[in-house]
Amino acid sequence: MLPTVLSRRPLASEFDSVQKRDVDWADRRAFLKTAGVAGGLALLPMFALEAAPLRYTLKPIEIAPGAWMLLGVDEAITRENGGAIANITILDTREGAVVIDTGPSRRYGVQLAEVARELTGKPVVRAFVTHFHPDHVFGCQPFGARALAAPQGVIDGLNQSGDDFASAMYYLAGDWMRGTEVVLPGRVVEAGYEDIGERRLRTLVLGGHTDSDLAIFDERSGLLIAGDLAFLDRAPTTPHADLSVWQKSLKTLDEISFASLVPGHGPMEKAPRALRQTSDWLKLIEERIRGAFDRGLDMSEAMGEPLPSWTDKIALARYEFERSVMHLYPNLEANLWPRVDQAN
Amino acid sequence: MIGRSNLLTLATLVLGFFLSAAVVQAAEPVDPLNSPMWEEMRGQFFGLARYKFDSRVKVSVPSVVENQAQVPITVDARQLQDVRKIVVFADLNPVQHALTLTPHEAAPYVSFRLKVEQATPVRAAVLTGDGVWHVGGEFLEAAGGGCSSPAMARNKSDWSLTVGNTRGRAWRQPDGMSRVRMTIKHPMDTGLTRDNIPAFYIEQLRVRSTGGKVLATIEMREPVSEDPTLTMMVRMPLGEKLIGVDGRDIGGNLFSSKIDMTWRESSLNAPNRAE
Repeated sequence: MLPTVLSRRPLASEFDSVQKRDVDWADRRAFLKTAGVAGGLALLPMFALEAAPLRYTLKPIEIAPGAWMLLGVDEAITRENGGAIANITILDTREGAVVIDTGPSRRYGVQLAEVARELTGKPVVRAFVTHFHPDHVFGCQPFGARALAAPQGVIDGLNQSGDDFASAMYYLAGDWMRGTEVVLPGRVVEAGYEDIGERRLRTLVLGGHTDSDLAIFDERSGLLIAGDLAFLDRAPTTPHADLSVWQKSLKTLDEISFASLVPGHGPMEKAPRALRQTSDWLKLIEERIRGAFDRGLDMSEAMGEPLPSWTDKIALARYEFERSVMHLYPNLEANLWPRVDQAN
Repeated sequence: MIGRSNLLTLATLVLGFFLSAAVVQAAEPVDPLNSPMWEEMRGQFFGLARYKFDSRVKVSVPSVVENQAQVPITVDARQLQDVRKIVVFADLNPVQHALTLTPHEAAPYVSFRLKVEQATPVRAAVLTGDGVWHVGGEFLEAAGGGCSSPAMARNKSDWSLTVGNTRGRAWRQPDGMSRVRMTIKHPMDTGLTRDNIPAFYIEQLRVRSTGGKVLATIEMREPVSEDPTLTMMVRMPLGEKLIGVDGRDIGGNLFSSKIDMTWRESSLNAPNRAE
């Protein structure tokens, strides 16, 4: 899928990437033209003209014995990164590999399965899905419904919104998404414990980032895999958030004595900084957005509200703040102003 | 047989023709958004009237669209004098015209939310007293479907009970204008959805002072989002404390509301905060 035929003035924030994309495309076109002429002359078959398939660069980082993470980039979903923005965790067990979240596309899922097999020497026996957002669930295809596990709320959400997410992802990420379809997990995860091989995994079915968010605590390694309930040095996203429920979930996670925490986005750390920072961010945006609303600002104006300097070090702070304004404003407008209509 | 002078005349004519064509072409403003629909838009909204692309007409669109059925759009033409009318449209929507503001006693400013069916230029054409249209716009990146998805209200069997319910508030601004924000419950059906619900939308709002003076009128069309949410700035006559808003939808339903203008400060600058 190529950009539309319309040209436009790129936004300042994305100027570099847009320019690069245009250049790439021009080059590719030039290449195709020359290749086409050469191919025509040599009577080469058409497949010689196909572009090389896109490939993610997956670099596993060992975070504990027999545990690795694939670090997502701190960016929005683009045609350059193919949507590989979320962290993915891989655990080795006697029974086979366990992955937590599957990435943004079928292509990513296929590569993830390869990486997991290389690292553990075993196939993936279980793939957990922490919540229904597209950067975490669209790599599910290669694992099949029987190996896929998620809380019922996640499955319901995917069932309802999965196809719309897929359309949006094809638009944002383009050809990286080729062949990607929604697969509903066949196993329902309840709050409790699950033993896979020698590992005892505590499953925490929480919410707040979305209606249903799964966090997993691996007792053996002391790893807390928090999904998108925790972000670190990358601004949290709120399209389906309930801020007060989210804050409660953060408290629940804070009570676990974990050795290290893998957030949904951002680096792993031994300290619980991701939980504190996520909580601070949620408090901040709630206050700023409410403040703008109370002063009568429209959504477009509220998006320009100043942010404190501690957010300068957080990737995508302004971008996510703008998105959060769009997520949270309608509810304030629908409920907080007085009724002013009169019976005719 | 053509004489030398005839030949010269002919040459001059031919040359003149090309020259004038070149001049006309140079005078024709070039669409900065390079839209395939521009000529059509121009014909539809201002025919042969004079127009120019003008950066003083500011159209704000979000850098990312979160909901194609509710895209916040702000048009601000306060840098222009003597504004008579503002027409907001989206070139690549199935219905292009979204809204027209006539600011009788109001700032040339309006915020609302727009449905978009695909990525599209979003424009405002501002007519000034000298008969010139000033056109501003931005390209909006978006995935599709905002105009062909049913209204959220259609998921509820009792949606009709709340049609016309209005909430709103007003603020006095330091510049003496009164800022009005309001939201009216209405499905704003486009008639383009797969469930065959015909078009049903609010077509006009009239903002007036208690004394009956019309401050602004807004015409709306199908692309204005469900539960229209608007921000306007009006000039209240001295001493009046209520703003009236009268609305009418294409089903003939009338809506009426009164917004209290008790002093409440509005400021775009955030109050000082300890960071």
